[in-house]
Amino acid sequence: MLYLQILANGLVLGGLYACIASGFSLVWGVLNVINILHGSFIVLGGYLAYFAYVKAGVHPFLSILIAIPAFFAIGYALQRLMINRIIAAPVLLTLTLTFGLDLMLSNGMILAFTADFKKLVLEPPLGTIAFGEVVLPIDRLAAMVLALALTGMLYLILSRSRIGRAIVAVRMDREAAALMGVDVKRIYAATFGLGAVMAGASGPLLVMIFPISPLGGPAYLGKAFVICVLGGLGSVPGAMIGGLVLGVAESFGSLWFGPEHAITLSFSLLILMLLFRPHGLLGRKGYE
Amino acid sequence: MSALLELEGVTRRFGGLRAVSNVTLSVPMGEVAGLIGPNGAGKTTLVNVITGVHPASAGTVRFAGADITRLKPHQAARRGIARTFQIVQPFSGMTVLENVAAAAMFAGGAAYGDAANDEAMRHLRFVGLGEVANKSAASLTLAMRKRLEFAKGLAMRPKLLLLDEVNAGLSLSEVEAALELIRAIAARGVTVLIIEHLMKVVLSLCSRIVVLHHGELIAAGAPQAIIEDPRVIEAYLGRRYSRAQAGPNG
Amino acid sequence: MKRDATIAAVLFALVALLPLAGEAYWMRLGTIVLMYGVLAMSWNFIGGMAGYPSFAVAAFFGLGAYTGAVAQKFGLPMGLAWAGAGLVAMVFAVLLGIALLRLRGHYFAIASLVVAEVLRELVNAATELTGGGMGLNLPIPAMASVDAQARFFFYAMFGVAALTFAATLATTYSKLGFGLRCIQQNEAAADMLGVDTTFYKVSGFVLSGVFVGMAGAVYASWVYYIEPPDVFDVLFSVKAIVMVLLGGAGSVFGPLIGAALFLGLEELVWRNYLEVHTGVLGLMIVVLVLFLPKGLLSLSQRFGRWRPTG
Repeated sequence: MLYLQILANGLVLGGLYACIASGFSLVWGVLNVINILHGSFIVLGGYLAYFAYVKAGVHPFLSILIAIPAFFAIGYALQRLMINRIIAAPVLLTLTLTFGLDLMLSNGMILAFTADFKKLVLEPPLGTIAFGEVVLPIDRLAAMVLALALTGMLYLILSRSRIGRAIVAVRMDREAAALMGVDVKRIYAATFGLGAVMAGASGPLLVMIFPISPLGGPAYLGKAFVICVLGGLGSVPGAMIGGLVLGVAESFGSLWFGPEHAITLSFSLLILMLLFRPHGLLGRKGYE
Repeated sequence: MSALLELEGVTRRFGGLRAVSNVTLSVPMGEVAGLIGPNGAGKTTLVNVITGVHPASAGTVRFAGADITRLKPHQAARRGIARTFQIVQPFSGMTVLENVAAAAMFAGGAAYGDAANDEAMRHLRFVGLGEVANKSAASLTLAMRKRLEFAKGLAMRPKLLLLDEVNAGLSLSEVEAALELIRAIAARGVTVLIIEHLMKVVLSLCSRIVVLHHGELIAAGAPQAIIEDPRVIEAYLGRRYSRAQAGPNG
Repeated sequence: MKRDATIAAVLFALVALLPLAGEAYWMRLGTIVLMYGVLAMSWNFIGGMAGYPSFAVAAFFGLGAYTGAVAQKFGLPMGLAWAGAGLVAMVFAVLLGIALLRLRGHYFAIASLVVAEVLRELVNAATELTGGGMGLNLPIPAMASVDAQARFFFYAMFGVAALTFAATLATTYSKLGFGLRCIQQNEAAADMLGVDTTFYKVSGFVLSGVFVGMAGAVYASWVYYIEPPDVFDVLFSVKAIVMVLLGGAGSVFGPLIGAALFLGLEELVWRNYLEVHTGVLGLMIVVLVLFLPKGLLSLSQRFGRWRPTG
């Protein structure tokens, strides 16, 4: 059945989307900062994986492991040195700051990588696998599984580790957390770092599936927005649900309206959600 | 004397919780009435319903004979219902004068410019803040902020003034000054409903008291009757105390 | 207000004399400065006075540009097309404002940002009407000379800028402006004081759109070829915001000063380095937000109510 295939495609896509949105949602939910850089981090991770593969034969799955500490360091430093200075400032300033930083990063990437689209094609290609009538490319499936694994790891960190619990505490009540001895500045930096990791580590996955360009950040950012509004802020399960919903919606939308309208579709969904259910499908209240 | 404010069966639900439950009361024109009750009794919620901040889940609110249940806050303000806030937050980026002028302009109907400013000055002098008119509202002490709240309330040319815990955080002498102010306001013909937990204030000011407990109206009447009402005592101090007060026969 | 009006009259009179300097370069630069002046002053209504972080300037600009262009394609003379664009922008702002202004903070910002994207896609798709991705050619205005043409559009943009400034002045010293400031300080308290917040916010939003729409239409006529990504460019919104931050939000002359300063810097420093153009723009934004004290500090105080809770 065609619909089953479309659904499966959507779910696979959704898994990837959940991964890219979870870090964004975390930063927004905990720091109340919308990180415009998030999309560009994804693209950066993708480019690094691409060049690692093409120049040095490093498999993208391995690149993920490298991306994790690298992006954590970048995110931590960025937050600590710059974003933390205006952490309590109004929405306008934090948005404008990350916007400016993003302009710098994407310009830098254009200079370093040229504006050409790049896609990582594995040699030899992995082929496809069939589940009954549904056929899925193995590389996409593998990417989805890894994306879910990353998202799952984030969830475990937040729910089991000390630093994760501290992050959740700060999200719930910053002052109370500070009174209990949590170093809020460090937690903010660590959270931002984790957000950067989720973005940078999903880059290698995405570049295997979609061609990327230095100006591709906003597209991913837009999806992350929509997912956060769909699923609610600051929660990994919410990003999961939002990601799956968006993936399936885009998949069916492509079928019914054509792939070129995918962006309009997701943004229209976003506006509808914002008008009628700004706190997400799950109704979790986040920061405004 | 006709009733200025009438509530009939007013209920306000938040999800499953009934913050205010089936409250019926009336405040006659020209009176100073008190609304008391233990913490969490629903007093502020009731004021929020009257002023349109929260819509009533059930029941009606009538003001000067007209049904105002569905009105929004700014509409209620323009009809002559003014209220002060427990946690005082003036427009901190504006001067004291501008704060009061805003009230005069938007609720009181004064014209923008000199008309509103002059009226604002009059009210500021009335509450004793004339000297600080051009200072930033953020620079005022707590007691002065409370007086600023009064001035704003008055500038709204209210028929009904709802005072929500105006004495919280004030010293004894500051409370005395506030009482004087309230008496002066009432003497001008403004009907006042004061939410208070300081019994001495309520007893000295109010001719009528209404008691709320767990969102329900448990007693209403003259001050003396209220403080001796066993249900009221029980609400504040618990059943055993109430029984003990009543003595071996109760 | 009288003092501001007098200063402005002198300022505008001086600017009006610019074409006498002769060179096309200065007129072109002047036209651009005036255009961004309109954008900055317009954003100031909703962002500076009311305190709502709108990113909708790009949406209004693109909408105005395409409305004017399509009107001209159907034979309408320029002046009418520009006025029509302003009207359409106004109606759109009313509808959009009613829908979006219930949102606060980040949600409002994002929604307003997204509107431009959606509009761009819609315009892209309506190929019959707008030429879609291939762009739209406007009738080239018939003028005596290239210089005359440059002068014409300079004065056209000057007119829109003067209108916008007049509106700024009138609003600042009126009940509307005062109400918007109250909303910015504390919207709930303003509501309780009798301010019809919905009406005032929508009014501010409309003011932030109508002149931008007109400027967009004038721009389209000036360059006589437009494409969706050119006119629905989010940078219009961001630059407008940065200019106002630079010059001082909420003030009468701040947006104009900021626009002039910003564009002057751009001309001197990095317009010639095309490769790093956006990067340097980004750097300037970062430096502004992190280090520029006065303009931003006062902004911080004004927007106090948006600090994250908890």
